[in-house]
Amino acid sequence: MSGRTASVVWAAVFALLLSLAIPWFLWDVSTVVAGLPVWLWWHIGWMLLAAGVFAVFTQRGWGVWMGGWSA
Amino acid sequence: MVGVTALQSAVSIQIGIVVAYLLLALGVGLVAYRLTDRTAEDYYLASRTLGTVVLLFTTFATLLSAFTFFAGPNIAYALGPEWILVMGLMDGLIFGVLWYVVGYKQWLVGRAYGYVTLGEMLGDRFGSPALRALVAGISLFWLFPYVMLQQVGAGGALSALTNGVVPYWAGAGLITVFMIGYVALSGMRGVAWTDTLQGLFMLTMVWAAFVWVLSAAGGVGAATDALASSNPEFLALGDGSASPSLFGGGPYSLPWMLSQAIGIAFGVAMFPQVNQRFFVAKSEQVLKRTMALWPVVVLLLFVPAFMLGAWAAGLGVAMPESGNILPGILAEYTPTWFAALVVAGAMAAMMSSSDSMLLSGSSYFTRDLYRPFVNTDASERREDLIARVGVAVFATLAFVASLVNPPSLFVIGGTAFGGFAQLAPPVIVALYWSRTTRSGMVAAILASQLFYMVTTFTPPAGETATVWGIVVPGVMETFAGWSSSVVGMLVGLALVIGVSVLTDATVAEQPSVMQGPADD
Repeated sequence: MSGRTASVVWAAVFALLLSLAIPWFLWDVSTVVAGLPVWLWWHIGWMLLAAGVFAVFTQRGWGVWMGGWSA
Repeated sequence: MVGVTALQSAVSIQIGIVVAYLLLALGVGLVAYRLTDRTAEDYYLASRTLGTVVLLFTTFATLLSAFTFFAGPNIAYALGPEWILVMGLMDGLIFGVLWYVVGYKQWLVGRAYGYVTLGEMLGDRFGSPALRALVAGISLFWLFPYVMLQQVGAGGALSALTNGVVPYWAGAGLITVFMIGYVALSGMRGVAWTDTLQGLFMLTMVWAAFVWVLSAAGGVGAATDALASSNPEFLALGDGSASPSLFGGGPYSLPWMLSQAIGIAFGVAMFPQVNQRFFVAKSEQVLKRTMALWPVVVLLLFVPAFMLGAWAAGLGVAMPESGNILPGILAEYTPTWFAALVVAGAMAAMMSSSDSMLLSGSSYFTRDLYRPFVNTDASERREDLIARVGVAVFATLAFVASLVNPPSLFVIGGTAFGGFAQLAPPVIVALYWSRTTRSGMVAAILASQLFYMVTTFTPPAGETATVWGIVVPGVMETFAGWSSSVVGMLVGLALVIGVSVLTDATVAEQPSVMQGPADD
């Protein structure tokens, strides 16, 4: 990935992570699965996914947006 | 007589646990003191040598104030468990991204130029000691009531734990003396080590409480069933409206949740004790590992802690006199000694926030106000001494303030985060945009603070209050459901960009400070 592509891709990835952290598509849903509301399961899964994405970012994307510091 | 003896022995067990805990923290501080050089950089930043576990836990324990530990379960008890989503987005995701966007950039710049505080970095970049003092002054203004809040929380927790045997003032005073002891002695290294101890302790206690209460209450399914019959609306995501809307609504509407998460996350990044941690990592590796661990730690702590608060509503636990549901549910389902351990854990949360705030508050005062304006050629040793005295003075003043009956935790806690959040837009723009000017910074900082203070400190719209004979009109606090904290940040963002475009940089400004060695 070129520097410019990486900038845009990582910005999009972070925007996606943030925008689905509150599962608005499950609004007003009160279904309980295995003792917890289904939206809480989404939260647990999403946070684990975020940890994975952050880990990949630190390996592949670290230094993006840092301008003259990345060299 | 038997009852009195039992009560006395319960109280002595509780006090014993708390004092043992305080002594342990002091011991860690003493060990750290032996390893500390007598220089300001070592005192404030442990010479920039913190490793992953210590940095993660010191930042995390610092975030977990009395506010988080007690108010989180209280909110879940009163409104439902959606607060888990708000805190997850706030501390796990937005703060995780800011950890890189603000934190890594500050780490790079700070390491290259030896900065210790945010004000120092900005003052240097914009060639303006006045800007440096402005940032430090605003930070201290919001920090002081927040330190006071921690002492109020600790005093109240000790008093409630011992059924009033230890009065409020004695509890708050005891905590203050211990904190002054280990912070004044050992600086950042001692604070970071005790924070790590406190963070691990809290995490263990929350999970033990979670397992204990659930096994007594018949498991996760039974606890949630009880909640479904007592408060069915708690299990449905949101504020009860049929679909999410981007405008309007009260607690747990989409604008409310996003406002809380955004306002507090950006505020956290500008809180002196958190912001200063951006300068202390030993290596990039440490910053990287910490970033990836954020969402996991947030998940591990907040899900059990806040679900306990929500389940307490379903299990019919009454709110105790102390106003905090967590001790209430523990008193109902666990033995006395365990409840005492958890209250010690809550005090650990308060102390680990306060100790770091004292240290950072002191460094903002000595580096950004005392040294540039009072004694410009203070030696390293002199600055180091002033810093330690500053910790004691700051803590004592906050303790004295805490003895005056203060307003509720949630209100002050919430307003301090919003006040710090106003600093974020100008700081982030300055970190990344070389055309930012001093005038743009000053305009954005002053206007957004003014906007936030007016909307927050005046009565709600439509009401009036009379202060010293002057009638203060009400001003709106939310804008179509969005908090004045988030709206104020937009005001600051617009001003820092707009005024920078319209003004020229002065000769003293050095955009190269932020740009890095390879940029030409």
